Amino acid sequence: MNPLVLWFHKLGSPPYFYRLAGRLLPWLWGLGLISLAVGLYGGLVLAPSDYQQSDAFRIIYVHVPSAWMSLFIYAFMAVNGFIALIWRIKLSETLAMASAPIGAAFTFICLATGSIWGKPMWGTWWTWDARLTSELVLLFLYFGVMGLYQAIEDRRQASRAAAFLALVGIVNLPIVHFSVNWWNTLHQGSTVRLFGPSLIDSRMLWPLLVMAVATKFLFAASLLSRARVDLLELEAGKDWARQVALADGDAA
Amino acid sequence: MNPTRKRRLVVISLILVAVVVAAALTVLALQQNITYLYTPVEVQAGKVPADARFRLGGMVKAGSIQRAGDSLKTGFVVTDGDAELDVEYTGILPDLFREKQSVVTTGRMDGKRFVATEVLAKHDENYVPRDVAEAMAKAHKKHEVSESKPAAQ
Repeated sequence: MNPLVLWFHKLGSPPYFYRLAGRLLPWLWGLGLISLAVGLYGGLVLAPSDYQQSDAFRIIYVHVPSAWMSLFIYAFMAVNGFIALIWRIKLSETLAMASAPIGAAFTFICLATGSIWGKPMWGTWWTWDARLTSELVLLFLYFGVMGLYQAIEDRRQASRAAAFLALVGIVNLPIVHFSVNWWNTLHQGSTVRLFGPSLIDSRMLWPLLVMAVATKFLFAASLLSRARVDLLELEAGKDWARQVALADGDAA
Repeated sequence: MNPTRKRRLVVISLILVAVVVAAALTVLALQQNITYLYTPVEVQAGKVPADARFRLGGMVKAGSIQRAGDSLKTGFVVTDGDAELDVEYTGILPDLFREKQSVVTTGRMDGKRFVATEVLAKHDENYVPRDVAEAMAKAHKKHEVSESKPAAQ
């Protein structure tokens, strides 16, 4: 067998993944916390204040990375859900379900910080424009996936049903992203652009990009921690899980 | 790929395509209803039903803000570059409200005037440090370039 395919098959096996995740976790948490500290220091202290909003603009360093993560995690969840539905791989089911609460948390942070910024700048906590409404729908989709997963007794059936909902909800992602271009919204358009120059000074931009990297690491660390516990629970009857439990017991 | 997986792949892909098409059609159908705001030129073209409450968006025209001395009443002109509309508002204005600032106001037409019950300031996607903004303003003054945005030509 091709070594890459072999590695992929090995990765799908719960005991192998459990051990690999255990080795990666300290690194992910470490890199995540360091980049978070650098990003926050750069954003809250080093970056110059905005000419119009002065220091209130600094909420961008929490709001925008959270918004990116809310979309990124949803796509990650849907892709894993897709694999889980077709190939019935246990690991994909676990990863999809473990990522839902993390994504919901980022979506909530995005909505809350946006609201706090909106009150002084726009003059309102909330308005039903296309961007805000579609982001709220994204939060409800996360809640729906989590709720459906908890509502069904059999863990594997539950994760497949919830994965299906996650997959259908993916149509909301382009709506969230392009809402500011398709409709007249109160929310401004994208400041940071993948193609073409960003509409922000480079001294303000770099902490934002560091924060984007930090949230990726923190998501990965949080996801692997959650997935390890879920896998152990799912495979509680298996030999490898018993061995892990016994080894932990001896160590304690 | 074994037949069961192939069947699942086909079924799920078909469902996904159907959902995407349904969503796209819904978005297209709602295009009109999701319109968050109208601009003065759209209002004057009669795109807004009479007596309807709607949002009016545009830029506050330079030198058009008039504040009443004894109340919170403010009058200003909203322009989109092609047309202008007089707006009247009584209440507290947001921090970003000023001349040449994009605003979104909610209210209804009263004759030729728009009476607003809410005024929101729109922030654009540009973030500029104070020193850069000052340097730019100096350069604009030196070369006598108008500071107004292209939309208000």
